Amino acid sequence: MAVTVSIPTILRTHTGGEKAVEAKGGTVAEVIEDLESRHSGIKDRLITNGSLHRFVNIYVDDEDVRFAGGLEAPVGENSNVTILPAVAGGMR
Amino acid sequence: MDEIVAHARRDHPDEACGVIAGPEGSDRPERFIPMLNAARSPTFYEFDSGDLLRLYREMDAKDEVPVVIYHSHTATEAYPSRTDISYASEPEAHYVLVSTREPDTHEFRSYRIVDGVVTEEQIEVVETYMFAHTGADDVPDNG
Repeated sequence: MAVTVSIPTILRTHTGGEKAVEAKGGTVAEVIEDLESRHSGIKDRLITNGSLHRFVNIYVDDEDVRFAGGLEAPVGENSNVTILPAVAGGMR
Repeated sequence: MDEIVAHARRDHPDEACGVIAGPEGSDRPERFIPMLNAARSPTFYEFDSGDLLRLYREMDAKDEVPVVIYHSHTATEAYPSRTDISYASEPEAHYVLVSTREPDTHEFRSYRIVDGVVTEEQIEVVETYMFAHTGADDVPDNG
């Protein structure tokens, strides 16, 4: 069961410049573990202390996983997983 | 530039934000896309996560990247804050800040933010890139 994972510019150093890579897993956490096995270092850019990094959004198809079970969000067969850095900031 | 300032004024006292997309690899900001500040806050801005996904899908489909990412500061100078720097994750983008703290004048500045390092850059205003590109007017095109 392969899913396609879209990689943002800032993480393409881990994927040899590839914009999208294949991965396996039934949940977001499993997909990230599978990515880490071939693209070392990517997990630390996404997860801190077992939770999704505040600055990163992960979507399964069109759903932000923060609203769909977080790292345990299910990933269906042929799903598209999209990783995007949040665009945010503030005056402090 | 006028559109960014107008957006920032319109949303004042909340922070305004958006992007100017352009063809990948061109470094030419061409398509102005004001975004909703999902935080609706005078001290914080954030693109709504659904809006963000739609924006990136649309840019991908058009082979575009965010050439400019802009936001306003409503009470402080147009310089990236610690929060701005920690969130900045487009090393190729020009981070434009406009300050609306003064009602009649605005500060408009641009930066690169790469690995937490801020570098200010000069801003050159051209009328439109279409003209600048074809040499059809006398606006200097040093891009």
